[in-house]
Amino acid sequence: METTRTPAWFAARARAWDARGAGRQLASLTRALAMPLLGIAIFLLLWQAGAARVQTTLGQLPGPALVWSEAKGLHREYLMDREREAAFHARQQERAAKMAAANPGAAAAPVRPYTASPTFYTQIVTSLKTVMSGFLLSALLAIPVGIAIGLSGPLHGAVNPLIQVFKPVSPLAWLPLVTLVVASVHDNPDPAVPKSFITSLITVALCCVWPTVINTAVGVASVSDDLNNVSKVLRLGWLQHVRRIVLPAAVPMIFTGLRLSLGVAWMVLIAAEMLSQNPGLGKFIWDEFQNGSSQSLGRIMVAVITIGLIGFLLDRVMLALQRVVSWDKNAVTR
Amino acid sequence: MKTLLELSQVGIEFKTDKGPFKALDNVNLKIREGEYVSLIGHSGCGKSTVLNIVAGLLRATTGGVVLDGREVTEPGPERAVVFQNHSLLPWLSAYQNVELAVRQVFRAKKSRAEMREWIEHNLKLVHMEHALHKRPGEISGGMKQRVGIARALAMQPRVLLMDEPFGALDALTRAHLQDSLMEIQRELANTVIMITHDVDEAVLLSDRIVMMTNGPAATIGEILDVDLERPRNRLELAEDPRYNHCRQEVLRFLYEKQRKVDGTARASPGASQPEPAHAPLAAKAPAGAQMPQPARGERAVVTPLHGKHVA
Repeated sequence: METTRTPAWFAARARAWDARGAGRQLASLTRALAMPLLGIAIFLLLWQAGAARVQTTLGQLPGPALVWSEAKGLHREYLMDREREAAFHARQQERAAKMAAANPGAAAAPVRPYTASPTFYTQIVTSLKTVMSGFLLSALLAIPVGIAIGLSGPLHGAVNPLIQVFKPVSPLAWLPLVTLVVASVHDNPDPAVPKSFITSLITVALCCVWPTVINTAVGVASVSDDLNNVSKVLRLGWLQHVRRIVLPAAVPMIFTGLRLSLGVAWMVLIAAEMLSQNPGLGKFIWDEFQNGSSQSLGRIMVAVITIGLIGFLLDRVMLALQRVVSWDKNAVTR
Repeated sequence: MKTLLELSQVGIEFKTDKGPFKALDNVNLKIREGEYVSLIGHSGCGKSTVLNIVAGLLRATTGGVVLDGREVTEPGPERAVVFQNHSLLPWLSAYQNVELAVRQVFRAKKSRAEMREWIEHNLKLVHMEHALHKRPGEISGGMKQRVGIARALAMQPRVLLMDEPFGALDALTRAHLQDSLMEIQRELANTVIMITHDVDEAVLLSDRIVMMTNGPAATIGEILDVDLERPRNRLELAEDPRYNHCRQEVLRFLYEKQRKVDGTARASPGASQPEPAHAPLAAKAPAGAQMPQPARGERAVVTPLHGKHVA
């Protein structure tokens, strides 16, 4: 008589699913989430209580409930805008069809793009595009410069004073200069790349280049003596030495610098956008502020929270990248 | 057998804030091909400095090192070094670490397939063939040091230089690695200079033990021939009177003649008139002879070079 035996993999899964195991997993998940959720809940309560006491010229400071309804309002505006766009394109196609029917053989009517003031989501995308462009530009400049000054003492001596003097300069101080330079150099602007975009991205790059340069230089300069000795015994050429020993050893510090730079870039971007009128989140806040409607405060707060959440997400993405690239399993990457 | 490596009147002086510091003075040593030499002495006596000078990582201010008739001026793979802290590249696997050395040394001379065989052969010599693709972070200290040794051997050096290779390991791992090293030595008959603190290790592994005086201006104090035949078994040797005699000689040098008191070196009492540094001694000094050393205050003449050695 054959006896049926449950296969090992099934038994293992079943064990994992048993009530006690699930209970334990649920317990640990709850423990991990409990404190953060509690913190957020307390914050929301304090916010609601505090906001009720503050009266501004634009009305009462909105509490979380009002801010949530404003967020929903922004989403509704986005949906309405999509409907309008669809209708616009439909009308345009109708007109084109009629004209083609009336004069066959004539050139097709030009397709006009749908232009309307950007919705909240479009503005978020613009902000992200600007910040990534500025950040990438700064990384392209900072990493080679950082490597050069990390490897050469004299070069470091020459460049360091400039770094220390320009590092503390606020983006708002750079903006007038950058705006004037871009206006004079960028003569025929392509509508896809408006001046405000260039101004914002250059300002972001100017401010977020410093953490990467400094961290790269430190990472490159602090390759351990032991590894340098190995390189000497093997008689590695200069380029080989940099490629095989200095750069891999410096990668953790370079990523730390990049992470810091991205954080700085996102903060600087909002300020830069406000003044350069790049159609992103910064401009959204500025317009709402100037607009002064009863909904403005709530919408500004939605923008503030969105900015925070996006900054958090950007940092997590960099952290994930850092973990992928890191060869040191013992290093704490948090 | 002919002399492979010669240190000739090697001295080195470092510039410090408090003035020049003479770490080594008049070190003379001849090493034959296939010999295993240990350098032993108290901490800070300059053993690593001697090794770094032979390796080319430091340049002597006086005298020089000659290998195969050519002076040593810079580091190179023919004097491969095994560092105390393995010095493996942490982002490469064991195989890739050895490969880096092999590619550098045998770039034009071996084909890809030959290189791969050679790398695997060397890792097999140190019993690491099961962990070829593991990174240093994933293997133990003893295994890392084995890979370090494999990397050095893979360069086919003329002289293998080892700076306290087992210093950072526990006693059991050390014993395993010493046995592995003796096995490799049997097979390859390398010329080896090893720095060690461990008297037992020095007597077990070497053909000659070079004992250094305390710094500053350290030099070679005594040289002891270890006449035990190979292969050496540590358990058998524990009962061998010759082994114990050798140990005793080394310990006597370290703890009586070159005793370190309160962190400052002090020679044993009974100094007779000092003799010129390189007076050659053909005759063997009787066992237990006190080495005439000037006391701390009298730095007029350099310490003489006595000892049991075959010229």
